[in-house]
Amino acid sequence: MPLVNGGKIADDGFVKLAVDTPLPEGGDILVPAERFIGEADALLKRAGKVGVIWPNNRDISELVPYLGKLAVVALVFPTFRDGRAYSQARLLRERYTYRGELRATGQVLRDQFVFMLRAGFDSFEVKKQADAEAFMQTAKRYSVFYQPTGDGRITALHRRMQLRHSEGVGT
Amino acid sequence: MYAYDEIDRTLVNERVLEFRDQVQRRLSGELTEDEFKMLRLQNGVYLQLHAYMFRVAIPYGTLASNQLRALAHVARKYDRGYGHFTTRQNIQFNWIKLSDLPDALADLAEVGIHAMQTSGNNMRNVTSDQWAGVAPGEIEDPRIWSELIRQHTTLHPEFSFLPRKFKIAITASDHDRAAIKVHDIGLKLIKNEKGETGFEVLVGGGLGRTPFIGKTIKHFVHGRDLLSYIEAILRVYNQYGRRDNIYKARIKILVHELGIEKFSREVEEEWQHIRNSSLQIDDEVIEDIRSRFIYPAYEKLPHMPDELRQAAADPDFEAWRKNSVAPHKVQGYSIVTISLKPIGAPPGDATAEQMDALADLADKYSFGEIRVGHEQNLALPHVAKRDLPALWKALDKLGLATPNVNLITDIIACPGLDYCSLANARSIPIAQELTRRFANHELANLIGRLHINISGCINACGHHHVGHIGILGVEKNGEEVYQITIGGRADENAALGNLIGPGVKFDEVADVVEDIVEAYLALRERPDELFMDTVKRLGVEPFKERVYATR
Repeated sequence: MPLVNGGKIADDGFVKLAVDTPLPEGGDILVPAERFIGEADALLKRAGKVGVIWPNNRDISELVPYLGKLAVVALVFPTFRDGRAYSQARLLRERYTYRGELRATGQVLRDQFVFMLRAGFDSFEVKKQADAEAFMQTAKRYSVFYQPTGDGRITALHRRMQLRHSEGVGT
Repeated sequence: MYAYDEIDRTLVNERVLEFRDQVQRRLSGELTEDEFKMLRLQNGVYLQLHAYMFRVAIPYGTLASNQLRALAHVARKYDRGYGHFTTRQNIQFNWIKLSDLPDALADLAEVGIHAMQTSGNNMRNVTSDQWAGVAPGEIEDPRIWSELIRQHTTLHPEFSFLPRKFKIAITASDHDRAAIKVHDIGLKLIKNEKGETGFEVLVGGGLGRTPFIGKTIKHFVHGRDLLSYIEAILRVYNQYGRRDNIYKARIKILVHELGIEKFSREVEEEWQHIRNSSLQIDDEVIEDIRSRFIYPAYEKLPHMPDELRQAAADPDFEAWRKNSVAPHKVQGYSIVTISLKPIGAPPGDATAEQMDALADLADKYSFGEIRVGHEQNLALPHVAKRDLPALWKALDKLGLATPNVNLITDIIACPGLDYCSLANARSIPIAQELTRRFANHELANLIGRLHINISGCINACGHHHVGHIGILGVEKNGEEVYQITIGGRADENAALGNLIGPGVKFDEVADVVEDIVEAYLALRERPDELFMDTVKRLGVEPFKERVYATR
């Protein structure tokens, strides 16, 4: 499954651990939520970056005490049609000001890229190679956005206000 | 009507390109049918019994004449020459080819029409009063706010994959023509004591297999907070709405399971976090949207022009005028409802020729504007009274002057088993038979206002729960069986109908309805006691006794 990070297909430096996989000495790891919450102190003390895989039905605010130390939060789309992680993503970025990597995992197709970018995701485990390759092109598909989100893109309403005011200056 | 600017046009065109890519990937096999299903459903494309069905949005029921012509063009070029207006201010084309869809969308995009979110588990087309902006006594035009919500809900990055579909309706009149109490969110525009615009917000209404009347979650949300409050409701729903069972996934079930108090506390808490964010709307934004609504330059006209006085001598004209013409907020003008319920025909259908001709009539008599109502009729919202006789003659030639608006033959029905893959029973033939039974205008007039709603399955697209007489088709041992309720209504006093007795067979439905009507005529206190009022006064029992005595 190709990873798109920073807009490009990239190597995934993180190893995913199961609940019972022995902890490797070094290296970057992605840990399931319950293991992370249970062993957070030990995990964060070791050398190597730590990320967490957070299910979409668990309260994201539980992560707040750890956000400054986490390198990755991976949210899950068990199916394309299950959109709970979009809310979790926006809460992480906009309410809890999480600045690390926010990764979309699960059934990720090119058709969600724009929504995911707008919700605050910046890395993507993409299901299909062709979709990963089409990332840049797909991400630029839209130039108009009606809703304000934490991604900072200017909304249609505000662009209209700007146009209004700039027109007003000339006349 | 609202005029798209370059920004709106760009977005619609970008959506067309995206959909073209999605169709291409499906046709090339790159997308599985299961993957494509979710994508096409985001854009109004269903796979029905015989073909793909394509549903196009008519936001808050307002159409310009060139838009109606574009719909006629799609019906003619890509379909079989007609379209079907639905109960949610959409139009459906039943016979479209998948490979033609991107072109049909591109043609519609040229006039600012789209199919975004007319199906799928997202925020659907925002609906409103079809008389918005022209109804006497209206507080203010709710379409300004409808348009604001339309924009905000379009391709929403957080709420495009909700547990289930989500419908918002809005009204600004005391008499609710938008059925806001049976929507996921219902908005009633009101003013506070300072004269500021805001909304009473209802939540959790809906029909389907578990019908609920919406409950008030907040008595007054200031206009500037409307988007943040809606966003708070959606965020709670997106996270906690059930996803394990499609039949329990609507917000009404969440509201019911949590209780309105707990649900509203959750929403309130979320809202406090976001109400002072960039979701707050200032007056300038509202004024900007308002400025792109084009209002007619009305003339100063007499209340009772000679043309109307003379035409009153014609009983056919008078019959039509009495039920199709409603008062307008401007003196000398009327709102004209156009019945899409001719005797013996499927409710809500219009041919391409009728749509084109109606667009011409709108240009001539209604400042180029047409409205679509949830009753599956159309309306011309600004007709000078002096033009009514000429308009009537023209409509009559087109088969669009059936004088049955709000009468028993003005039936709301879903497409049913004739088209729909979800249906268990036929709806349209029941409607057709009923219109024939009550074809006599004097009889229909004697009965007075009476709404019949027919659904061909439990999903209730024909809103049978809120029909004065509701008919629900189900399947029992391989046979179509119809359950009949009375006493439902969809207006400001919304109520769910009560079952009148055991289900009946297809052939018996019209007889039972006739018996119900006969019982009503015998039971009513006065000729002007409406069916609804008699049912309210007496309850179901006396009807049940009379209808089932001989069965």
